[in-house]
Amino acid sequence: MLAKRIIPCLDVRDGKVVKGINFVGIQEVGDPVECARAYMEQGADEIVFLDITATSDNRDTIVDVVRETAKQVFVPLTVGGGIRSVADFSKLLRAGADKVSVNSSALKNPQLIAEAADKFGSQCVVAAIDAKRMADGTWHAFVAGGRTDTGVDAVEWAAKACALGAGEILLTSMDADGTKQGFDLDLLNAVISRVSVPVIASGGCGSLAHFSEVFEKTGADAALAASLFHYKELTVGQVKEHLRSRGIPVRL
Amino acid sequence: MITIIDYGAGNLFSVQNALNYLGLENRVSRDPADIRSASGLILPGVGAFPDAMRMLNAAGLTALIREEARRKPFLGICLGMQLLFETGYEFEETAGLGLLPGTVEKIETPFKIPHMGWNSLEFRRPCPLLEGVSEGESVYFVHSFQARTEPDCLYAVCDYGAEIPALVGKGTVFGAQFHPEKSGETGLTILRNFGRLTT
Repeated sequence: MLAKRIIPCLDVRDGKVVKGINFVGIQEVGDPVECARAYMEQGADEIVFLDITATSDNRDTIVDVVRETAKQVFVPLTVGGGIRSVADFSKLLRAGADKVSVNSSALKNPQLIAEAADKFGSQCVVAAIDAKRMADGTWHAFVAGGRTDTGVDAVEWAAKACALGAGEILLTSMDADGTKQGFDLDLLNAVISRVSVPVIASGGCGSLAHFSEVFEKTGADAALAASLFHYKELTVGQVKEHLRSRGIPVRL
Repeated sequence: MITIIDYGAGNLFSVQNALNYLGLENRVSRDPADIRSASGLILPGVGAFPDAMRMLNAAGLTALIREEARRKPFLGICLGMQLLFETGYEFEETAGLGLLPGTVEKIETPFKIPHMGWNSLEFRRPCPLLEGVSEGESVYFVHSFQARTEPDCLYAVCDYGAEIPALVGKGTVFGAQFHPEKSGETGLTILRNFGRLTT
């Protein structure tokens, strides 16, 4: 029986773990290698680094971070943020990333997914989608950290990304993100019914109950959280104990 | 000294990182001298069966690996495990290394393909690599094809709507369908056990 995965996400800028509060006052809070190690020791099934480095001069700092992390962290590592080309994929995979996630660049150039899947295999291509609900009840894919509406239907885009070769969908609800009111179950179900690859639920979790809810009410394969783990409101271990007590298969 | 065989397929450095972390002396090489003089061999691999066999053949390593794998501890990982069998059926019928009896075929399951994620081990036969590992511990898999082999070659399996051979072997030859280098403490224990066999 495949375990449901719990995935802490670390925001990394210029090689340091940072965490913004309400998009203001981003604080540098730590060494990514140390943070990733600590999560692995708590039982994280996978680690995600989201690179939010703003300037192109520092783009390669994430490659160094990945290389150092891969020497000490022995669970799968996914890296996203600012990946624009097959060459970027290559650099990160060679440094030790197991999967690379693409978001804006794939919406701009969907062939990037096909090219990367062809070259490295679907298993290492993750399509990250930031979705926001529209007045008509559909969801649109947003880019630029959730600021720009692409006008693209998020559910259709998920299906297309899989057809192009994405091996996994990392689905963030812009509506739920930061609210701590629970994952967006409607969005998840809409996407999961259209794709045959694993879907990672992201955005909105604020309590143990939200983790069991997402696995009981949707077919999500994994749940991702950043702040909750970062500010030590919950540990990965606590989440897994809770899931196990509810009869949800987890790796302990 | 463990030699990680570099034949152009896959992420060798993850395996090397794990061996380094465990303090197991190793090198990445395709030089026949390094393969002959090693105290243990690891054959990694990511990708497709026919390409990997072509690369091994092109590197002139197939006969050498067949010979050396019977002389010293040998561990195939993921695709490297699948290559240990007689015949692969990914895209086309391809002869494997034939170190273990059986074939490699598409996973037949009602669940999603690839089989990707953490799955728990069910033990079948005692195995030196599983010393210190408890039945039910999980390891990390990413694959769409699986081995079909004889019961006496199965050390551990997992359930994914189909019985997936997870850890296989016979004599000095071992194969892990999962990635021990990505399987947390459980995977490190398995690699440490392999390292112990080589010293």
